[in-house]
Amino acid sequence: MNPRKYGLEESVWTLLVKSNIIFQKDFHLEFRTRYAINAIILFAVISLTAVSFSVGPIQLEPPIQSAMLWVIIFFSAMSGLSHIFVREEEQQTSDTLRLVAPPTAIFLGKWGFNVVLLFSLEIIIIPLYIALLNVEVQGMSAFLLIIVLGSVGLASIGTIMAAIVAQASTRGALFAVLSFPLSIPVLRSAIQGTWTAIQGGGVAQCLADIQLLFSFTVVILTSSILLFEFIWRK
Amino acid sequence: MRRDWWKWFLGIWMTLMILGAFLYTPVAKGLGETTRVLYFHVPAAWVATLSFLISAVYSIRYLQKQQIQYDVWAASSAQIGFIFTILATVTGSIWAKEIWHSYWNWDPRETSIFVLLLIYAAYFALRSAIEDTNQKARLAAVYSILAFVTVPFLVFVIPRIYDSLHPDPLINPEVKIKMDPRMLRVFLGSLFGFTLLFYWMLRIKTDIEFLKLKLTKRM
Repeated sequence: MNPRKYGLEESVWTLLVKSNIIFQKDFHLEFRTRYAINAIILFAVISLTAVSFSVGPIQLEPPIQSAMLWVIIFFSAMSGLSHIFVREEEQQTSDTLRLVAPPTAIFLGKWGFNVVLLFSLEIIIIPLYIALLNVEVQGMSAFLLIIVLGSVGLASIGTIMAAIVAQASTRGALFAVLSFPLSIPVLRSAIQGTWTAIQGGGVAQCLADIQLLFSFTVVILTSSILLFEFIWRK
Repeated sequence: MRRDWWKWFLGIWMTLMILGAFLYTPVAKGLGETTRVLYFHVPAAWVATLSFLISAVYSIRYLQKQQIQYDVWAASSAQIGFIFTILATVTGSIWAKEIWHSYWNWDPRETSIFVLLLIYAAYFALRSAIEDTNQKARLAAVYSILAFVTVPFLVFVIPRIYDSLHPDPLINPEVKIKMDPRMLRVFLGSLFGFTLLFYWMLRIKTDIEFLKLKLTKRM
C-alpha cells in the first residue's frame, strides 16, 4: 500500500472520520489504564502544592503567578504527552496502526487526544491554582482564552515531539529537551497574556499574545502534519 | 595554480583582520577598547546563524531525496555552527560584563543565542539517542525543520517583551550604516574571513564523515 497515494484519495471528511476513530481508540485505551491522566494530573497537583507550600503565606505578584501557572502546565505536559506514541512502541502496536490508517489521520487523532488530556488537566488544576495561590483573575474571558490557546499550542508541540522520541532510545529526558526550545514562543506569550488577564485586561489588551499563540499553533500544526509522514514511515 | 591556494589566502587575510582590529580601527564612542570585540563576536554570531540555516536547508533536501550525504552536511553544519554559537555567547558575555556589568541578564540577544544553543543541544541529544543511520537522519531532519520554523516567532516575540541594550551598528530601524569607514572595512573583511573559515571547517568535517561512511561500508 502506497501511503502517499492512499493519502491523496482521502477526502477531508473520511480523514476526519478516521482521525476520530484513532481518537476514540486512544480514549478507550486510556480509560482502561488511566496511565497518562494519572501521571499528568498527579504531577500537576504535586508541583502546584510544592509552589504553594514553599511560598507559604506570601502573596505572589501577578507576573510570578502567571509564570508559575505556565511552569506547572509545561512540566505536567512534559510528564504525560509523550505517552500517546511511546505506548504504541512499547506495546508493539505501531506496525498494525501503520497498516490500518493513513499517517495524517493518526497524527490528528493523537493530537486530539493530547489536547483533551491537557484540557482535562486544566479543569482540575486551574481552580486549585486560583484557590491555593490566592489569584484574583479580573479578566476571566481573556484568561480562559489564553489558557485554551496555550494548551493547544503545547499539545501540538508535544504530539509531534512524542512521535519523534517514541522512536529514540532515551525517551523520558529527551522529550522535555526537544520540546522546550520550540515551546518558548508559546510559554512567553502565554505568560505575558495571563499576566495581563489577571490584572484585568480584556481580550483587546491581550490581542498581540492571542494572535501570536494562534498563529504559532497553526504554523506548528501545519508543519507537523506535513512532516509527520517522514517520522511515521519506516 | 594549487587548488588550496585559498587556504593560504585565508590565513593571511585573517592575520590582517586581527592586526587591523587592534591597530588600524578607531574605537566607538562610549564603548572604548571593547569595540574591538565587534570584529570577532559579530562574525561568530553570523556564522552561527548561517550554519543553522544551512542545516535546515540540507534537512529539507534530505527529506526530499533520502540520500545520506545531505544528512552528513546538515549534521556537520550544525556541529561547526555549535562551536561558533558558543564562541559568540562567550565573547558576548565577557563584553557584557565590561559594559553592562553582568555576564548574563537576558537581553533579547542573549535570549535568542541561548535558544539557539538549546536547539543545537537538543538536536545532538536526539541524534545520539537513535542507532539506525537512516532513522537518525530522518528524525533529526524533521526536528531541524521544526526548530527552524520556530525562529521567526522568537525574533518577533522576544524583542516585544524586553528592551534591548545591544548595540546595532548594521541592523537598526533606519537600516543605516553608522560605522566609521575604517571600522566598516575591517568588520566586513572579518565577516568574509569568518564565513570562509566556516566553509573550510565544514569541508574538513564532511570529508571526515564521508571517509567514515566509506570505511563502515567496506567493513
